[in-house]
Amino acid sequence: MPRLRTRAGVVRATAVLAIAGLVSAGCGSRVGDSGASATSCVDTSGSSVKIGFLNSLSGTMAISEKTVNDSLILAAEQINAGGGVLGKKLEVVTEDGASEPTIFAEKATKLISSNCVAAVFGGWTSSSRKAMLPVFEGANSLLFYPVQYEGLEASPNIFYTGATTNQQIVPALDYLKQKGVTSLFLVGSDYVFPRTANKEIKAYAKANGIEVKGEEYAPLGHTDFTTIVNKVRSAGAGAVFNTLNGDSNVAFFKEYRNAGLTAGAMPVVSVSIAEEEVGGIGVDNLVGQLTAWNYYQTIDTPRNKAFVADFKAKYGQNRVTSDPMEAAYTSLFLWKAIVEKAQSFKTDDVQNAAGGVSYDAPEGTVTVNGENHHIAKTALIGKVGPDGLIYTEWSSGAPVEPDPFLRSYDWAKGLTG
Amino acid sequence: MQALFSQLVAGLSLGSILLLAALGLALTFGQMGVINMAHGEFMMAGAYTAFVAQGFIADAGVSLLLAIPIGFLVGGVMGVILEATLIRRMYHRPLDTLLVTWGVALILQQAARDIFGAPNVDVRAPTWLSGSVNLGVAQVPAARLFILALAVAAVVGLSLLLKATPLGRRIRAVVQNRDLAETVGVSTRSTDRLTFFIGSGLAGIAGVALTLLGSTGPTLGTSYIVDAFLVVVAGGIGQIRGAVIAAFGLGLLQATFEYSTTASIAKVMVFVVVVVFLQIRPQGIFSVRTRSLA
Repeated sequence: MPRLRTRAGVVRATAVLAIAGLVSAGCGSRVGDSGASATSCVDTSGSSVKIGFLNSLSGTMAISEKTVNDSLILAAEQINAGGGVLGKKLEVVTEDGASEPTIFAEKATKLISSNCVAAVFGGWTSSSRKAMLPVFEGANSLLFYPVQYEGLEASPNIFYTGATTNQQIVPALDYLKQKGVTSLFLVGSDYVFPRTANKEIKAYAKANGIEVKGEEYAPLGHTDFTTIVNKVRSAGAGAVFNTLNGDSNVAFFKEYRNAGLTAGAMPVVSVSIAEEEVGGIGVDNLVGQLTAWNYYQTIDTPRNKAFVADFKAKYGQNRVTSDPMEAAYTSLFLWKAIVEKAQSFKTDDVQNAAGGVSYDAPEGTVTVNGENHHIAKTALIGKVGPDGLIYTEWSSGAPVEPDPFLRSYDWAKGLTG
Repeated sequence: MQALFSQLVAGLSLGSILLLAALGLALTFGQMGVINMAHGEFMMAGAYTAFVAQGFIADAGVSLLLAIPIGFLVGGVMGVILEATLIRRMYHRPLDTLLVTWGVALILQQAARDIFGAPNVDVRAPTWLSGSVNLGVAQVPAARLFILALAVAAVVGLSLLLKATPLGRRIRAVVQNRDLAETVGVSTRSTDRLTFFIGSGLAGIAGVALTLLGSTGPTLGTSYIVDAFLVVVAGGIGQIRGAVIAAFGLGLLQATFEYSTTASIAKVMVFVVVVVFLQIRPQGIFSVRTRSLA
């Protein structure tokens, strides 16, 4: 039988080669082949105006980005119910970025030049944003990006409604220092955000007399944390700063708890775990651990209660709201406020009018910084409760001005060039 | 000293997980020569079985123990369906099988996303498996001891099946010389199907075990499939003991490299070691001597 003949050598060699090939093709990105440049063609003559939602509805990031898409849709419905923007109804064009930076760039081009949208809302990973940036700058169109990121960027064509580092990581470090923590262990996924964030954390630690006892990176999707947790335990730091992303958090926290480490003895501060992720990691594994964000579902204001109630009414009582979802929801209302101030949908008019525009968001009042297009947000340290929600433990009290290049911090000199 | 022992345990534990993931493949890929890329998705199905079982039975311990046989059945039945509908038609075309089963894997992932939702789900560990056991020199998480025991049980069970049952004899006969086995009246068709059932069922068990350590989501299988193939290839096609040695060897190597360097570098170094090893011994640690003319 030919089957036996092929088995020994050929099958083995082709199998390994082909599997490696398929797997890397599945995860890899081919930045640079995003094609022709886009030109804007916004049409505001009719009774409606088009906007684009660009989130990953398939692929590994779909878990997170679908929730952002949900809250964007809610915001669009509410704006239309209230009469639209400048009297025009919003007509939403949704595209799937498929967790692939190149596809984000392609779909952004399509939204701008064939759908003629006035603005695009979406993106999650830094690589998707970096891939879309030249598209929006080339076509002079607008992107509203709703996720906390590593800072060190300010494009006139992007509005960043998530936190930059000085609104999330720096306050978290301030909090730990205030709590008397004198040593840290850094654990992160091996890509741009954790490595950049840890560079900043180490600079902060050095200037503030905090010892960094170790720094470990796990490949994205890493599932066995025995060794890393062993290293954390033998180092015996005062707290762990966690910049792991995605599924790795589950394996890390299960291992952390199984190894007998507790939030009381060695708390973990995470910057990528929000309400949405707590359920998947398991509340039991997370109770008492800390997070750093700008919004929690439990924020006790009438504005937030209305947002949470509206969201649950539309998507189900078991759903939760999280920081990126709130930032996306807020981004649509901010765009509306800016357009109404500018009395125009044109990119240049929106850019000129943006500075100082405020919106009473579920997280509190936010204000657009006209210079770097980030927004002033209140920093909140939260603690995971037994019900899986996150409760504010500490607040910066007032909105923190965005400083993506950390220019106002002495210790950050030399980081940003 | 304590760190050394902890790392030894970490290596053994990682080895037992690799072994559970690879054992089914050692049957379907090793014995039958089928490159089944959907093997990881059978693991994912096993993991979701544990999740569903927990929905019916509140006690995490009982539902986990029940999920192991049910996971075996779920994985096995999915395997048989795949074998009967697709793989059977392309036994002579390994590359086509690879692409087709890769497609099936993607379909199964999306199906899981549609059925259980995109966010990962949490399978609660029973109280007797959370926490750790003090072995004097090191604290060993109870869940990892459980998985180690499960892996050992699976290997013993599979070896007994292959060595001491009529079915096992038929499987070995078909592996060693399909034509001759057919001539003496062994039904290769039903043997293939049963082999595939057991191999896929073992993937289901691996999936149930993985819920104790990591997250249960649609892409659970993809993180293990390459490592599982690596174990089978390094161990030697068609050999259970090869898979056992390769799994623990790779587990210990990964743990050692990871402790002295970083997780990313360790992964690369393990691959380099396997590549170099296969240069010296292309047939893997053990190889089957067959009497076929191939």
